[in-house]
Amino acid sequence: MPLWWPLLLASLLFALGVYGVLVRRNAVLVLMGVELMLNAVNLNLVAFDAQLRDVLHAGQTLALFTIAIAAAEIGLGLAVVLLVFRTHGHVEPARLTSLADRDVE
Amino acid sequence: MTWVGAVFWLLAAVTLGSALLVVTTSNLVHAALWLVVTLGGVAGVYLLLAAEFVAWVQVLVYVGAVVVLLLFALMLTQAPTGPHDRPGPARVLPAAGVATLVAVLLASTVVAGFHGVSIDLDAAVVGSAEQTGETIFRRWVLPFEVLSVLLLAALVGAIVLSRLRGEER
Repeated sequence: MPLWWPLLLASLLFALGVYGVLVRRNAVLVLMGVELMLNAVNLNLVAFDAQLRDVLHAGQTLALFTIAIAAAEIGLGLAVVLLVFRTHGHVEPARLTSLADRDVE
Repeated sequence: MTWVGAVFWLLAAVTLGSALLVVTTSNLVHAALWLVVTLGGVAGVYLLLAAEFVAWVQVLVYVGAVVVLLLFALMLTQAPTGPHDRPGPARVLPAAGVATLVAVLLASTVVAGFHGVSIDLDAAVVGSAEQTGETIFRRWVLPFEVLSVLLLAALVGAIVLSRLRGEER
């Protein structure tokens, strides 16, 4: 299998994640875009691990670590989203301007 | 094309198609369910690339836990889960432009940079549970322990955030 096949798939998946992060207004859906980008990165790690035949399996191990960090990130992120919903009544990042500079508005 | 190539492109088509639906569908719950298909397709590609243990961890952690968490968050924050969140062209066009730019830049770079390189899947060491466990606990044990402390900190942080009440804003 040519190495660029999985790399191309990862690039397109990453671009779709970027699109999701930019276009969505709901914070939970923005987090889904972040998950897509993290998966694209993991795909690269695993592909290079297979290509280099790494005896330390650094690629696969780092992919496992990334999955664990993504799980921690989604747990914390959703806790923040739920807290924002309880205090503001919505979860749109564009409308969260409590810390914005009032003079500019 | 060998059967490996056929399976890979089938998985790639499923993954990319469902990922496109994740970021474009107007039904929030459907987005989370299409995310399951995307993550499952990525797990299939891991299996194809001889990363067996990573594939099962992907299924367990992502499909099992992360998507359930996302669905919980959607249900808790969005009482009407019907179709909405329909962005207008003023949002879609810049986002699509940036995403296309990212895709073209990354794809042309990796394809140009690794064009002649190939993966010898027959010679690749399968990352079975035994192999991966030995690697992690022999070579990468210190990063593994640091990661468990990070997970503990994230757990404590999530509990503290969930216990905050509205008056502390």
